[in-house]
Amino acid sequence: MTKLVTDVICPFCGTLCDDLEIEVSDDGKKVTGVYNACAIGAEKFLHSAAADRVTRPRMQQADGSYKEVSYDEAVEYAARVLANAKKPLMYGWSSTSCEAQSKGHEIAELVGAVVDNTATVCHGSTLIALQDVGIPSCTLGEIKNRADRILFWGCNPAHAHPRHMSRYSIFPRGFFTGKGHKGRKMIVVDPRVTDTAKLADVHLQVEQGRDYELLSALRVAIRGNKLPDVVAGIRKERIYEAADLLKSGRFGIIFFGMGVTQSLGKNHNIDEAIMLTKDLNDYTKFSIMAMRGHYNVTGSGEVLGWQYGYPFCVDLSRGFARYNPGETSSNDLLVRGEVDAVFVIGSDPGAHFPISSVRKIAELPSVAVDPHITPTTEISKLHVPVAFVGVEVAGCCYRMDNVPIESRKVVEPPEGMLTDEEFLERVLQRVKELKAEQGAAAAAAKGKVTA
Amino acid sequence: MPKIKLNLISGRTIQQGVSMEGGKEKPAYREACGIIEMDPADVKRLGIWVPANVRVTSPYGSVVVKAINATMGPHPGVAFIPMGPWANQVVDPNTYSTGMPTFKGTPVEVEPAEMEKVLGSIELVQSTTRKGVVK
Ligand code: SF4
Repeated sequence: MTKLVTDVICPFCGTLCDDLEIEVSDDGKKVTGVYNACAIGAEKFLHSAAADRVTRPRMQQADGSYKEVSYDEAVEYAARVLANAKKPLMYGWSSTSCEAQSKGHEIAELVGAVVDNTATVCHGSTLIALQDVGIPSCTLGEIKNRADRILFWGCNPAHAHPRHMSRYSIFPRGFFTGKGHKGRKMIVVDPRVTDTAKLADVHLQVEQGRDYELLSALRVAIRGNKLPDVVAGIRKERIYEAADLLKSGRFGIIFFGMGVTQSLGKNHNIDEAIMLTKDLNDYTKFSIMAMRGHYNVTGSGEVLGWQYGYPFCVDLSRGFARYNPGETSSNDLLVRGEVDAVFVIGSDPGAHFPISSVRKIAELPSVAVDPHITPTTEISKLHVPVAFVGVEVAGCCYRMDNVPIESRKVVEPPEGMLTDEEFLERVLQRVKELKAEQGAAAAAAKGKVTA
Repeated sequence: MPKIKLNLISGRTIQQGVSMEGGKEKPAYREACGIIEMDPADVKRLGIWVPANVRVTSPYGSVVVKAINATMGPHPGVAFIPMGPWANQVVDPNTYSTGMPTFKGTPVEVEPAEMEKVLGSIELVQSTTRKGVVK
């Protein structure tokens, strides 16, 4: 016999779908079926039941192989690495709960760490831009119910957020959008003919890296001013056409992704996209939203925001919070060799950072907290497997529109396995002891000198 | 040997997401992300029959991946490697004071590499990061 758990949250992408149905074995220990999720979400739940899952911490040996150790040894190693480092990097946080993030920040304060999340390689430039110029935004519910002009810029939700279009942006019938996709116009800006672009009413195949030019051209076109014949590889007639389409809606939204944040121009591209949104508000109602990747990268930004005032790359090494992307951000710190230990949780820089940064992680004392085997765990000195948040432990997560949603626990974790929060709590307690010892030793040494 | 210059971008694909959640140590992850999608016109210029292994080299590194025809083309001159360790061997790590490496728009050279192997993700990252391990 199996039972069905309904209204489950999907802990994979920022869409944070909340209508999953998970079939679990009678003893509540194993996921046996996943309904309503997209292929990626389903795989995430099913992988928790994988037979070859690592269930105990592992330490790297001198020959590069890994040896199983106890959680006690893992806590001791992690606490020592952090307490002894001058400036450790505590990176990740996007695939764990807000509760765990907050616990981790307590450690970071004690050891003077730099806390950075995956926004640093995804929407970090967006965060810089919205601090520079502000952001007119809304919720996904408003889009479902009101939006009749949808612009996807440099993002491909058909692949990265597979249910975004069907749940919120294109296909659903909402209160004022009763005709579903028939009442909406969809524009896609992308250098490739993506599967999202194939669905669009208008696809502007922008020349790669020329987003700023095209955004500026749209601002010019909206005001009815003159354009050169071709901008960013697009003929001016098409730009005027797109501008008219945007202006003629009742409620529009620009969704943007890595095509804008990771191409040259970075935060300036987003400044311009926000200014385009502002201009469009002279004619109709328009909003703009980042397509956030990890299911709780938004939450990490929020928790850091409440606690320190900055959404990513917060440097606590001087005893107060500093923030300066380019200086206190993970890749810059690693490449310049400015950190002396790395603690990774809820992310995989080994797979998703440029190799020059990964090389540095491999050289330093390093801890990777992750339920999966990943390139990060396989180059770190210590790998600590933990329960899956949103599958085996509940916790607060933030959807891409900044709406907090409580994820649910559907099955038990493997026997004896810690959650992120439990592991961090134990490390915190040990760090406190070590710091007290260090403090006492320093005081004694000082006493000797003065005596 | 022919060599062609392309503009490389990286990004998500649904196969990338599914195989990643299924386990990055598994062959499915290599099959989903250890590839380069090239426009048919560029494949022709290079004179290869896809699928075929190619070596992709940028000012920042070099990696062997399997070339296939673009699934989301046409986009002559632009190449696509799904986000992951293979793309990250060659992407531009410069953040230009923003914190964000330049993952999209790296100039690369592509050449045939029939005799070379596409490594699995763990093997690839370990071999390029650990000291004393020969590539
Ligand atoms: S769209 Fe995102 S949140 Fe929804 S089921 Fe797919 S991976 Fe999960």
